[in-house]
Amino acid sequence: MALKAKIVKKFHGFNLDVEFETDGSCMGILGASGCGKSMTLKCVAGIEKPDSGRIVHNGRVLYDSDKGINLPARERHVGYLFQNYALFPTMTVEENLIISLTGSKKEKQIQVLEQIERFQLKGLEKRLPSQLSGGQQQRVALARMLLCKPEMILLDEPFSALDGFLKDTLQLEMLELLKEFHGDVLFVSHSRDEIYRFCDHMILLSNGEPVVKGLTKDIFRKPLKVEAARLTGCKNISPIERISKYELYAQDWDIRLKTTEPIGDSIRYIGIRGHNLVPASDPEEENTMKISLAGSAHTTFQRQYLVQNASRLSSSKIWWIREKKEYETEETETIPLYLKFPKEDLLLLS
Amino acid sequence: MGELLKTIDWSPLYLSLKTGIVATVLTFFLGIGAARHIMKLNNTAKAIADGILTLPLVLPPTVAGFFLLLIFSLRRPFGRYLLENFDLKLVQTWPGCVMAAFVIAFPLMYRNARAAFEQVDVTMIQAGRTLGLSERKIFWKIVVPIASPGLASGTVLSFARAIGEYGATTMLAGNVLGKTRTVSVAIATEVTAGNWDTAGFWVLVIVLLSFVIVAAMNIISGKNFNNGSGWA
Repeated sequence: MALKAKIVKKFHGFNLDVEFETDGSCMGILGASGCGKSMTLKCVAGIEKPDSGRIVHNGRVLYDSDKGINLPARERHVGYLFQNYALFPTMTVEENLIISLTGSKKEKQIQVLEQIERFQLKGLEKRLPSQLSGGQQQRVALARMLLCKPEMILLDEPFSALDGFLKDTLQLEMLELLKEFHGDVLFVSHSRDEIYRFCDHMILLSNGEPVVKGLTKDIFRKPLKVEAARLTGCKNISPIERISKYELYAQDWDIRLKTTEPIGDSIRYIGIRGHNLVPASDPEEENTMKISLAGSAHTTFQRQYLVQNASRLSSSKIWWIREKKEYETEETETIPLYLKFPKEDLLLLS
Repeated sequence: MGELLKTIDWSPLYLSLKTGIVATVLTFFLGIGAARHIMKLNNTAKAIADGILTLPLVLPPTVAGFFLLLIFSLRRPFGRYLLENFDLKLVQTWPGCVMAAFVIAFPLMYRNARAAFEQVDVTMIQAGRTLGLSERKIFWKIVVPIASPGLASGTVLSFARAIGEYGATTMLAGNVLGKTRTVSVAIATEVTAGNWDTAGFWVLVIVLLSFVIVAAMNIISGKNFNNGSGWA
């Protein structure tokens, strides 16, 4: 169970150039929109042709520019879940499911019936896609894709068309489904939460090139690269000047910070996640900054503050995020005078 | 009026309808086929091919008739070839009526089909491919049904244009009563002969027929009326 791919393709003013391997688990591709992640999936599926490269799945060559091999999509045995689900609008649910099946009419009926049971589509057989909710459409698309018995599944932003509550429920359903599927899964998303939830391994794409690859948990804990920090949700990033092996100056925030890890020569930036900042009372404590409030916003479960270094008001704003514990205290929340940048939470970035 | 109806030779109406139906069937399949293949071409080839196929729509029908004669005249190689090998003669015959109507009506079908296909979301085609469907099945089972409103209006317009064809028809097929005299040819002939009553009768027939066709098209694609409701 493995997919090995090297894809080079010129498009929209930049070059897509990715190389990766999977090992039968779910691999995520995270990137901002237009970074080439969907194009990567389409090249693997065979609905777009790379300029050059090589794609091998379970020892079967799907594409090889040197040998002139380019298997058509229909022979690749790859299931593709489209962002808009791509259900055929003139066909009922049943017809959408049956179209890819071969065999006698009776065999097809049996398979479709099974699938309708499995995906809880009973009662919707005669409906057109336009008469279904977003979640139902996704289930039909999944059911249709799995009827073809794919050896690999490609999921292209599967939840971007759905709203909040439904999204969470469907994500749990999808997790169950992927557990049952024995084969490679590629999951493309611009949502770091989805990638974190679904994928053991991930690639981070920026402008068509992989920034980092590796275990999802490692990358979120230690992004190492500035683009990776940004894409995994780190809001506070500043360029630095190195002072000593364990001390640096954060230019945008006008503060000297001590680190636990040695600062290598390649380190150019420092980052800290908004929820890692902690209130402090003692200005003499290390990595502590006197702050002034520049703005605040409240989401359902979070308070988000924009703060600044009080001693230099031209410094960049810093996001500080606090989880809400109780709604009642919302009004009486006080802003501390000082914020501490705990050294174990600092992200050294190159 | 009763007197008139008794003297009417109905063959022009019969010929017009027969010509219209056969020419429409031809334009339907060939128009769709042309649209499908032209969409696969690169942009330059597409522009040139599109230009050639659309010409009959913008040129005077007599120009089309001129070219048709140039090709199918029995004094020309291709016309002779058809006659000798397939016993097919287009000059002064009913197949000539069909050919003329087909050439003139074809661009309407082709252009409508192409516009309809261009509206189809490419992910539908891509989804079909990842589901292992053949290109033929994708086209006929997925693309054509999605494009069917556009294809239907193309078909109706082609039919309306085909039954009304005059210029190219007279040049290629001529004006032989009972063989190639369609309604529109008959109108011109009757007026020239001073038979205003008969000509008027045929005018009435063709106006009614055309109106019924266009109204039927609007009813079939009734949804489009709703789309315009915001304009009221």
